[in-house]
Amino acid sequence: MGAQLRVYKRRIRSVTATKKITKAMEMIAASRVVKAQRKVAASTPYAQELTRAVTAVGTGSNTKHPLTTEADHPARAAVLLLTSDRGLAGAFNSNAIKAAEQLTERLEREGKQVDTYIVGRRGVAHYNFRERTISESWTGFTDEPTYADAKTVAAPLIEVIERETADGGVDELHIVYTEFVSMMTQTAIDSRLLPLRLDEVAAEAAPKGEIMPLYDFEPSAEDVLDALLPRYVESRIYNALLQSAASKHAATRRAMKSATDNAGELINTLSRLANAARQAEITQEISEIVGGASALADATAGSDR
Amino acid sequence: MAAELHVELVAADRQVWSGEATLVVARTTSGDIGVMPGHQPLLGVLESGPVTIRTSDGGTVIAAVHGGFISFADDKLSLLAEIAELSDEIDVQRAERALERAKAAADASAERRADVRLRAVTTVR
Repeated sequence: MGAQLRVYKRRIRSVTATKKITKAMEMIAASRVVKAQRKVAASTPYAQELTRAVTAVGTGSNTKHPLTTEADHPARAAVLLLTSDRGLAGAFNSNAIKAAEQLTERLEREGKQVDTYIVGRRGVAHYNFRERTISESWTGFTDEPTYADAKTVAAPLIEVIERETADGGVDELHIVYTEFVSMMTQTAIDSRLLPLRLDEVAAEAAPKGEIMPLYDFEPSAEDVLDALLPRYVESRIYNALLQSAASKHAATRRAMKSATDNAGELINTLSRLANAARQAEITQEISEIVGGASALADATAGSDR
Repeated sequence: MAAELHVELVAADRQVWSGEATLVVARTTSGDIGVMPGHQPLLGVLESGPVTIRTSDGGTVIAAVHGGFISFADDKLSLLAEIAELSDEIDVQRAERALERAKAAADASAERRADVRLRAVTTVR
C-alpha cells in the first residue's frame, strides 16, 4: 500500500470514530431535551397559580411593597446570567453572555452600577478570564436543575434587593437566560424580574381580560405579599433554569447533529481521495510493468541482431 | 348533589393532586381554615401542616404541605406549596429517621417538617 493511501485510510478511521461519538452525544442530548421539556411543563401549574396570586394581591389591594415599587433614582442593578457548565453546544453560551453584556452596557448607560451573578461554569470562566468581578456564582446543576437549586440562587438575590441601596443593596433585578421556543429555536433574552411590572404580570395571568375577584387576605395583604414575592422570584428563576437547561440540550443536539453530518461528508470526500490514490497507484504499477516489459523487449530485440 | 369545589394541589415541580371536593381544611398563619363551596375569595399564607381534603365521593385525602399559599375564587381552590406530599406517598420509616436526625441536630424546621409528615400519615390510619 502506498504512503498516501495509508494516510487517507488512517484519517477515515479517525473521522469514523469521532462520528460515532458525536452521534451518541446527539442521541443523549435528544433524550435529555424531552426530559427537560417535561420538567418545564411540570413546573408550569405552580408558576401559573403563583402568577395569578401575585396579580390578585397586586391589583386587588393598594399595598405598597419594596418589591413592586420602582425606586426614584435606581443606582444599582443585579444581573443574573444563566449559562451551562459544559460546552459543545454551539453558540448557546456565547449568545447568553452576549445578551448579558448588552444588558450590562445598557444599564451602565442609564447610570446604574451593575452587579453580576452567574450560574454555570462557562459564564464564570468567561468573566474570570476577562478579570471582571462576579458577585456570586453557582455551578454544577445546570443540566438538571431542581427547585432547591433555584432557591439557593434566589436567596442572596432576594436578600440584596430587600437591602437599602446605601448598604450595598440593589434596586433592580434582571435575569438573562435562553428561552426554549422550540426544538430548533432558542433565544437568549433578558427580562426584569424586580421590581415587578404588575400590568405585565396581569396580562400574562389573565390574557382574556377576565376580572380578578376581590380576595379576602389571610392574615393581611401585606403579609401575603411579603410571603408571595420571594416565592414568585424563586419560581421564575426555577423556570428560567429549566428553560435554559432544555435550550442547552437542544443546542447540543443541533451542534452534534451538524458535527455528525460534517463527519459523514468528510468520510465521503476522504474515501473518494483514497480511491483516486489507489487507482493512481494501480495505474502507476501498470505503466511501470508495461514500461519495464517494453524496455526488456527492446533490449532482447537488440541482442538478437 | 352537594356543591363541589375544584381543588388543585401543586408543588413547585409537579402537580400533586387535583379533583373535586366538598371541604378543604388547611393551616394558615392565623389558624386552621376550612373552605367549603361558595366561600368568599380568599388568599392566605399556609403554615407547614397537614391539609385535609374531603373528596366529593366521600373519601379523604391528606397531604403534608410545607409552606405555601391557599387561594380560592369561583369555587376553584388552589394549594401552592414548595413541597407537598400525599399521605400515601410518605415513607414512614424515612420520616421517623428524619425526625430523629432533626432532633439530634436541634434543627427546628426540619423537625417540624418530619413531624408534619408523620402526623399526615397517622391521621389517615
